[in-house]
Amino acid sequence: MQLIFEKSRSGRLGFRLPESDVYVFESLPQKYCRKEEARLPEVSELDVVRHFSGLSRLNFSVDTNFYPLGSCTMKYNPKFMEKAASLEGFSLLHPLIPQLSGGGILAQGSLEVLYHMDKLLSEITGMAAFTMQPLAGAHGELTGVMLISAYHKANGSLKKHIIIPDSSHGTNPASAAIAGYDVIVIPTDKEGYLDVQAYKKALSKDTAAVMLTCPDTLGLFNPKIKEIADLAHSAGALMYYDGANLNAIMGKCRPGDIGFDVVHLNLHKTFGTPHGGGGPGAGPVGVSSKLVDFLPISRVMRRDDNTYFLDYQNKKTIGYVAPFYGNFLVILKAYAYILALGKEGLIEVSENAVLSANYCLSRLKDYFEVAFDKICMHECVLSASRQVKYGVHALDISKYLIDKGFHPPTIYFPLIIKEAMMIEPTETESKETLDKFIEVMIEAAKLSKKNPQALNLAPEIMPIKRLDETKAAREPDLRWKP
Amino acid sequence: MNYIPHTEKDRQEMLKVIGVKSVNELFKDIPASLRPKSFNIPQGKSEFEVMEYLMELSQRNAVSLTNFIGGGFYDHYIPAAVDALASRPEFYTAYTPYQPECSQGWLQAIYEYQTVICELTGLDISNASLYDGGTALYEAAMMAIRLTGRKKIIVDSGVSLIYRAMLYTYTSNLAIEFIETPVVHGQSCREDIYKYLDDKTAAVIVQNPNFFGAIDDFSDIVKEAHKKGALAIASVYPVSLGILKSPGETGFDVATGEGQSLGIPLSFGGPYLGFIAVKKEHMRQMPGRIVGATVDQDGKRGFVLTLQAREQHIRRERATSNICSNEALCALRALIYTCLLGKNGLKDLANLNYQKAEFAKSIFDKIPGVKVKRSSPTFNEFTVELPKNADAVASSMINKGFACGFPLGRFYKGLDNYLLVAVTEKRTKEEIVKLAESLEAELCS
Amino acid sequence: MLVPDNLFFTKDHEWAKIEGDTATIGITDFAQGSLGNITFIDLPKIGQGLKQSGLCATVESVKAASDVYSPLSGEVVKVNEELADHPELVNKSPYESGWFAVIKINNLKEKDALMDAKKYKEYAENLSK
Repeated sequence: MQLIFEKSRSGRLGFRLPESDVYVFESLPQKYCRKEEARLPEVSELDVVRHFSGLSRLNFSVDTNFYPLGSCTMKYNPKFMEKAASLEGFSLLHPLIPQLSGGGILAQGSLEVLYHMDKLLSEITGMAAFTMQPLAGAHGELTGVMLISAYHKANGSLKKHIIIPDSSHGTNPASAAIAGYDVIVIPTDKEGYLDVQAYKKALSKDTAAVMLTCPDTLGLFNPKIKEIADLAHSAGALMYYDGANLNAIMGKCRPGDIGFDVVHLNLHKTFGTPHGGGGPGAGPVGVSSKLVDFLPISRVMRRDDNTYFLDYQNKKTIGYVAPFYGNFLVILKAYAYILALGKEGLIEVSENAVLSANYCLSRLKDYFEVAFDKICMHECVLSASRQVKYGVHALDISKYLIDKGFHPPTIYFPLIIKEAMMIEPTETESKETLDKFIEVMIEAAKLSKKNPQALNLAPEIMPIKRLDETKAAREPDLRWKP
Repeated sequence: MNYIPHTEKDRQEMLKVIGVKSVNELFKDIPASLRPKSFNIPQGKSEFEVMEYLMELSQRNAVSLTNFIGGGFYDHYIPAAVDALASRPEFYTAYTPYQPECSQGWLQAIYEYQTVICELTGLDISNASLYDGGTALYEAAMMAIRLTGRKKIIVDSGVSLIYRAMLYTYTSNLAIEFIETPVVHGQSCREDIYKYLDDKTAAVIVQNPNFFGAIDDFSDIVKEAHKKGALAIASVYPVSLGILKSPGETGFDVATGEGQSLGIPLSFGGPYLGFIAVKKEHMRQMPGRIVGATVDQDGKRGFVLTLQAREQHIRRERATSNICSNEALCALRALIYTCLLGKNGLKDLANLNYQKAEFAKSIFDKIPGVKVKRSSPTFNEFTVELPKNADAVASSMINKGFACGFPLGRFYKGLDNYLLVAVTEKRTKEEIVKLAESLEAELCS
Repeated sequence: MLVPDNLFFTKDHEWAKIEGDTATIGITDFAQGSLGNITFIDLPKIGQGLKQSGLCATVESVKAASDVYSPLSGEVVKVNEELADHPELVNKSPYESGWFAVIKINNLKEKDALMDAKKYKEYAENLSK
């Protein structure tokens, strides 16, 4: 498809501005004005509508395709959440309004949303309090690590490193490093769990925290998680919970009860807010009681008369992590989701997510290598290593799936599993959809013996074939030029 | 449950295939001692009931005030086509375009967005977007530190206090020295900046227009920064770039900013859009996702996430940033918005904003006791000095239906009587005149 | 797999060609083969001091970034500027036009810690088994 810039025709207009109703003043002195104009396209409104409608149809999305992307929880996003977020009472509110004297009263609706979400998420995870400010999961991680650092500093102990398993998301070590810590990586044992011996060895008075995902990125719940947490605490370290996989355990287990001190959640995963093609998400962070004083400002509090206000009095606060109160409209959607599902609904979410993942695993394990052949949680990790001898890789299977109308699983993650294919079906997909997907996966496994080329050449029916990624990286072309 | 399709029959069949008797067996790895101590979540509700409640809540927000508050976040009109197109589920229910063959729509849109950001800023390379203007500025500061190997950063006080506070939070563990230089009569104080600028300085950070609304031509500061081997970073307001000299023309190495003004609703603080653009030579130090054009096996143009070796999923603790998502949907809105306005529309929009604010200044000048600060030119926001505490005035003006501006005393010591007034294209002449009349009446009372 | 006779090698698949008090350094054919298409090389700077086994460069491919360690200690006197525009030279010719840098050797005795061609060939062949 042509670029919108290539569709530009000099003189065409896409939007009419109001006529100026004020006197014409002298224009700005030339030295402040741009000489080279921004070459934005000149297109009609219909040009724009056709262009972006056309582009949208080139995407797979949850609304159009099954999207079993492991670790991303691509569940269905209920439509009423979008409707709620489009209510003008929410979307038009200026964030500085409650910062005027007496302005809080003008934002009671939004403040109530934030206050209740703090309480709901605290209850779901067993934490003492939440900040809604972090704007995404990785942003939540950075906030969490800064909270940990503030806590240790306040206790007069300067810690040096953070312990992270080798199966972790790349964001974990990146967040720890960016917050100023060294990273110690712990291997995974034969059972698929954190190697406790290596962990014990690494743990010391210099350990600031242990960052874990639970269930972990291999889709397993580590039965020794409590022991790991207790060991960390006795060494003076804090426990960090990466909430990427919370969808597996709602109502079954709470990070706070295990002993985690800091938790970040991905509202766009567990709580059904749409992924938006890569954002916006929201990454609220919850803490145990000993860390509450360090939470970012402001916090939303409730007065005795049931009105809400912004509290800036947290003396030990780490400060501002977002310009305001978080990605408010995303938080609002997640709030709507939790209210609609309620207690039973959330428990059913986890039960059915885990059921669906195990069903996929059970039906596929005869055809693919399985990273760890045991009951999994909400996702399972297969490997295409058996297919490699026919010249078929996880990538080829993915591309074949695309031709069959399925978004591929997450591939080549976790890094420690060769040819990994991580499948997270989520609770919102029907058995019929899962069956169709499974059948295509089995077909791919069979085809890799019979006709590997068919997989190597896929996809064939998409708008483009496989791209030259080497060329993209060697000769970066990152913008249109006339 | 309406969002979970499994029937009891489905469940039984699935359990049988798995070889377990009940769903509970699937959770056997969670020891009894770790079962929730409580799970007091209210019972679920129907969509209708939840919507009724949320509608009622939304009405407890006062959004009918005539808005003159900006402070970096502006009330611009959003064309209907922006909402209509960004609401297409093929965009908003997709995820990061890891698989290019089934994500060309998103990838091309991001490539186009990157182009728009480069055109607006006059710089060479843009990424696929960041969370917001504050985190974008932080990423720029970190880039400067990596590129120069230095640890001192000079930040002009004209940079939004919110962004400065965010910078300090993020770097509190990193032994980075920040030096804040004052704003004098609305302008960055050269004398102070040059006093601290030395060969240990990683970057000088300024904002244009600055928090007080003042426009500056920073080319002198950029030149001095470069002489010392420091980077020059500007935080900018994209709508103003319809007429203002671009950061590229001024010589800045990095431009960042808040993209909210480009078709994104105010939304009580988010989601917003951080943008960042840099000179070509700094490309490898960019944070976040970047989309590039390439060709497929048949030589057909296609788009793909590229230069990924910088990123956390590959480089882990040595990545240029921990960011893994972007604000794609907000970037899409900004792209659609700028395409609708087009080359001339953005210029006209910027001029309209400038003209309206100039008109408001001329009217405010006539209010007894009110002084419009005129030491520097402004874009669509300006500072006025009131004879009274501005916070108290702003508070009373709410009762008259106006969010009349932002009291600077909230962020700046000693500026208790100063009000920051923003005038976008949405404010009519009539509204401006009425605001001035009400303000005059308020000041007399 | 190409392993020229006149070079010295490290376990991390770097090579050094020692000529008098300077050494030309790069990565081996085995290394380039396992990295795949190389897209960018972050080279050391002229004048930079390198330590034996210390980080000296980073090599990027489409989906990986790998560190390169210096086979010997010394000061960088020359870098291969061609690689900026043509990283593929490392794939095409790892021992010739794909060289990384020339260093002035600090301590020739460090050579003892390196493998000769025969040993390295054996070592690398074992790895590919």
